[in-house]
Amino acid sequence: MKQRGELRWGGDLQGGEPYVFEDEAHPGKLRGFEVEIADALARELGVRAKFMQNDWSNLVPALERGDFDVILNGLEETPERRARLRLSAPYYTYGETLAVRAGAKYTSLADLTGKRVGTLNQTVAADILKASPLEIVLYEGQQEPYMDLAKGRTEAVLLDHVIADRYGCVLKELRCLPGDVARGHYVLGIGKNAPALQDALNAALASLHQRGELQRILVGWKLWDARQKPAENPAAAAATAGPIVDEPVASAPVAAAAAEPPPPARHFGAGHALLFLQGALITLLISALSFALASPLGMALATLRLYTGRPGRWLAATYVELFRGTPLLLQLYVLYFGLADVVRLSPMTAAVLGLALNYGAYEAEVYRGALSSVPTGQTEAARALGLNRWQALRYVVFPQALRTALPAVTNDFVALLKDSSLISVITVVELTKRMTILAVELRDWLTPGLMCAALYFAMSFPLARWARRIERRLEPSQAPVAASTPLPGNT
Amino acid sequence: MSSEPVLRLHGVAKRFGARTVLRGITAQVTSGAIVSLVGASGSGKTTLLRCLNGFESIDAGQIRIAGHLVEPGPSDAALTRLRADVGMVFQDYQLFPHLSVLDNLCLAPQVVRKLPRADAEKRARALLEQVGLGDRGKSRPSELSGGQKQRVALARALAQDVRLLLLDEPTSALDAGTRDEVVRILRELVKRAARPLTVVLVTHDLHLAETLSDEVWTLVDGSLASAGA
Repeated sequence: MKQRGELRWGGDLQGGEPYVFEDEAHPGKLRGFEVEIADALARELGVRAKFMQNDWSNLVPALERGDFDVILNGLEETPERRARLRLSAPYYTYGETLAVRAGAKYTSLADLTGKRVGTLNQTVAADILKASPLEIVLYEGQQEPYMDLAKGRTEAVLLDHVIADRYGCVLKELRCLPGDVARGHYVLGIGKNAPALQDALNAALASLHQRGELQRILVGWKLWDARQKPAENPAAAAATAGPIVDEPVASAPVAAAAAEPPPPARHFGAGHALLFLQGALITLLISALSFALASPLGMALATLRLYTGRPGRWLAATYVELFRGTPLLLQLYVLYFGLADVVRLSPMTAAVLGLALNYGAYEAEVYRGALSSVPTGQTEAARALGLNRWQALRYVVFPQALRTALPAVTNDFVALLKDSSLISVITVVELTKRMTILAVELRDWLTPGLMCAALYFAMSFPLARWARRIERRLEPSQAPVAASTPLPGNT
Repeated sequence: MSSEPVLRLHGVAKRFGARTVLRGITAQVTSGAIVSLVGASGSGKTTLLRCLNGFESIDAGQIRIAGHLVEPGPSDAALTRLRADVGMVFQDYQLFPHLSVLDNLCLAPQVVRKLPRADAEKRARALLEQVGLGDRGKSRPSELSGGQKQRVALARALAQDVRLLLLDEPTSALDAGTRDEVVRILRELVKRAARPLTVVLVTHDLHLAETLSDEVWTLVDGSLASAGA
């Protein structure tokens, strides 16, 4: 890390304000209290901080495969995480806040027995709810639980007060119950094999405490409250994890923050549109690259299956069944996380490769069908002219099969364009991920959703039209002659 | 017409599983001759024709064609070489629908003989003139009538200056007028071929066999019953 001169810290922009999010005035620029903490820590260590975007639910495996040096993104201190990772001293103390609908009579978690209660996946709140006799509903983004609660789809939401204060308590349909259901700490996650980094970060955190810089950052983000007091004494801080107090220490500053006028309405601006276009470009690039690999792979597999001996046929059939018969998501996980010890692929490479390997299986079947549809008489006619087996395929069978395959191939490319949204699980911010990040930031799913849909359509529709034109050009009956002259030296 | 035999068969036999289709055929054809193979359905005439360019492998005997020797179990490469000297016209023509008429003719010369495009095209245009389709080079096969397709198929088979031309039921799908036209063109092609051209054709049409051929071979149950003019 020292050599690199960077402290690479992993987080998910989708977590939104106040953790780490994109500055709406300057899209592309990062803001958030964790951004400032990261910068301050890096300064202490004499390096620069570099943010690494990663799906929140995969931060731990991504840290383990070495994508970044630390996790700094509302990572709660739990015994499981302590066993799996090295954790730093706390940098923030949060309280679990229970939100209910404004008119509801619930006063504590105990009143919610048998009811549906929402929270975020992989959080301490989720662990608390799992231990209670109620029905837990898990979400991936922090705004959706409150939307569902307001709509009556759930009866309550249990989440960190940092999230509740900003996304839940400010909604007029909702009410946050006073007192914390439990308290816990946000800590940095560090790799098991980096004890020196753990020590260095703890020293840096202590120094930030002492100089009051941490407090200054937290005050700046309206996060400083009575809960933070014990954190000044790390020993006391370490003792407070777990479900405890129901005392109304819930702090004047927090109440003040919540009572302030809600943040100004955020609007979809030109900067956002630019970010969307960027996402669309990545989607298009990855789709095009992976399809450019999937197509020849499929053709090779189909050829192997139709025109070679038993081992080749078996190999091709096994490949197709294996990759078609298992989820693309699983293949991406295995490629990116599972094989990380064997081969360290970059997110982009893993994305392109994963999509190509998966779609290759589908293309193989498309081409197999198309090749089989060319009458055997055509191959005989080519062989009768003295063409060898390969030449007959190359000049007579393939060109005809390609035309037959084109509609299905176009179809698959459009499908791939949309399936490429799955690659956000391996940290690539493509179009759909960009949409979810912005939706959380703008507290609005409709505008970004429509924008996202429009961009997908803008990519797939011209493609379909273009494919239809090619198809018509290859049509034997209506083809203008100049169109296809695949013979060598014939240009 | 040269008298040197261009095609010699000696004891050629062929089985499909337990069924014997050809029972030791021995015969020869002089260069430049037109031979018709006639016989009832299932008599083995089409199988014999397909043995002459290696589409069917023979189980016994040997075939000599213009310097090529065909024996049981030939290599793929040997057959590919043989086929460059033996043209074949299929009953249903099998023109390549994705290529223009001109490209149908140029494909084999360019790919097999490695002829430059200009040379292949020159030869192809001359052949199209000979079969009366000089103006259809740019057409697609699907734009042609049955008789025109037959003539393109003939021209394509001859584009490599083959020594032996095999025709499978060349007139079965044509009406009488078109048939006479094709016969006239075929005669013309044999007469004007650059190298002596020998023709073996399979037909049900006894009239065609008698008017067109120098020899008619009658196959009965896989044996040559008669061979003569």
